Amino acid sequence: MTKEELIIKLKAIVKPYIQDEEAFKNLTEETDFINDLKINSANLVDVILDVEDEFNIEIDNDSMEKMLSVKAAMQIIEEKLSA
Amino acid sequence: MKNRVVITGLGVVAPNGVGLEAFTKAIKTGTSGITFHQELQDKGFSCCIGGIPEVSEEKKLAYLTPLQLRGFNSTSILYGCMAAIDAWKDAGFLVDENSNLDYDSGLIFGTGTSGIEKFRESIYLIDEQKVRRLGSTSVVQTMASGISAYLGGILGFGNQVTTNSSACTTGTEALLLGFERIKNGKAKRMLVGSSSDSSLYTWGGFDAMRVMTYKHNETPEKGSRPMSETASGFVPGSGAGALVLESLESALARNATIYAEVLGGNINSGGQRNSGTLTAPNPEAVQKCISDALLDSKIKASEIDVLNGHLTATSKDGLEIENWSNALQRKGTNFPYINSLKSMVGHCLAAAGAIESVASVLQIKEQFIFPNINCEDIHPEITALISSDKIPTKMIEKNINIVAKASFGFGDVNACVIFKKYIQ
Repeated sequence: MTKEELIIKLKAIVKPYIQDEEAFKNLTEETDFINDLKINSANLVDVILDVEDEFNIEIDNDSMEKMLSVKAAMQIIEEKLSA
Repeated sequence: MKNRVVITGLGVVAPNGVGLEAFTKAIKTGTSGITFHQELQDKGFSCCIGGIPEVSEEKKLAYLTPLQLRGFNSTSILYGCMAAIDAWKDAGFLVDENSNLDYDSGLIFGTGTSGIEKFRESIYLIDEQKVRRLGSTSVVQTMASGISAYLGGILGFGNQVTTNSSACTTGTEALLLGFERIKNGKAKRMLVGSSSDSSLYTWGGFDAMRVMTYKHNETPEKGSRPMSETASGFVPGSGAGALVLESLESALARNATIYAEVLGGNINSGGQRNSGTLTAPNPEAVQKCISDALLDSKIKASEIDVLNGHLTATSKDGLEIENWSNALQRKGTNFPYINSLKSMVGHCLAAAGAIESVASVLQIKEQFIFPNINCEDIHPEITALISSDKIPTKMIEKNINIVAKASFGFGDVNACVIFKKYIQ
């Protein structure tokens, strides 16, 4: 999977939870889930569950804590997929 | 100086009508909302009929956002939000997520259990060692105060935001708790009401107690028979009712429509003494609750035009009539008119008090008495106490000034509220 493909998939996953349309439209690797997309912090666990379902991976507690941005999410997903 | 309290908004999600207009029409025409439910039969229930409000997916989206509906599985919260948002708009307020925090408005919205289907879903996941799969949606939908938490955020209230629970008294209790708060100057407006899930998991325990009727699975609309000689247990219902209570001063200042005034009321308990038990009322306490409600409202028993009873269609209906008759010292043709909404919607449990209060207030606003259905054969215990003319089976159009509404619940708890027509 290319980085572009991964971002497209991630974008679809976070869409229901975002509360800043503008930041969502301009989503890049640097986008932060809470500060930019204004995702409610309680919903982060739901985003992670949706990521697990989409990629058929399991994200451990340590990785969950780090998954606060598009870039971190991409790294964790790639790591789990290659494991 | 105590504040006078009036009702300026109503909302309802009932088995026989969703929304105020549909519900008003249904109660005027004596339309039943009781239907057969295959899933009850499939699970081996004795009673396979019940009252479930009809709410389309499209309708849900008019009240909750797609995000709020993600992983959503709580009909009590859904109905409660719908009724409460309707009531708030009916009172002339906007629902806007960016509205200023309103410290003068609060809410007391009761329930028995919250989101029981969501609870079941969560329990299964935990038992399968998938606790992390609960995500963020389990707690807020299964905590008792889920309904007040949802509404507090949707409406931006800054006064007290809470949930009460007192079995089938819940809705009437919520109303009186809100009334007290405004009367004592602690809030200008209180949105009050209650809701109950449409779920076999809520209803199952009652089926097991043999208090629901098993004789009308082929004739659902005939099943709920308060005051009838052939009453054979209650029919389970569900839904929500909501009322906006407001200080008279606040209502007049914004030129709001006033449905009725809440004159007063009383909440008490029979302490499970003197023949009262966990499931049966202590008659002395029921009568005291009614008498004290009259005292609180500063009215005489003779001034009451209509009673809206608790009257569930179990063997206790006769006792309830006797309690009303003794408390009011009125009998025969001198007894007020009396009706039970449960004949049309079943027993909506925690939601009953609120839905029935909405129906009671509508009678004052539109000057009618809604009919009792399914009591063409009034129980002789009841006709021995009061004239059958006082139990209308067709709608009566009549000048109504005062309606008394009571609810009684498991735990031997009672509540009685007095509504009066508001005249400028």
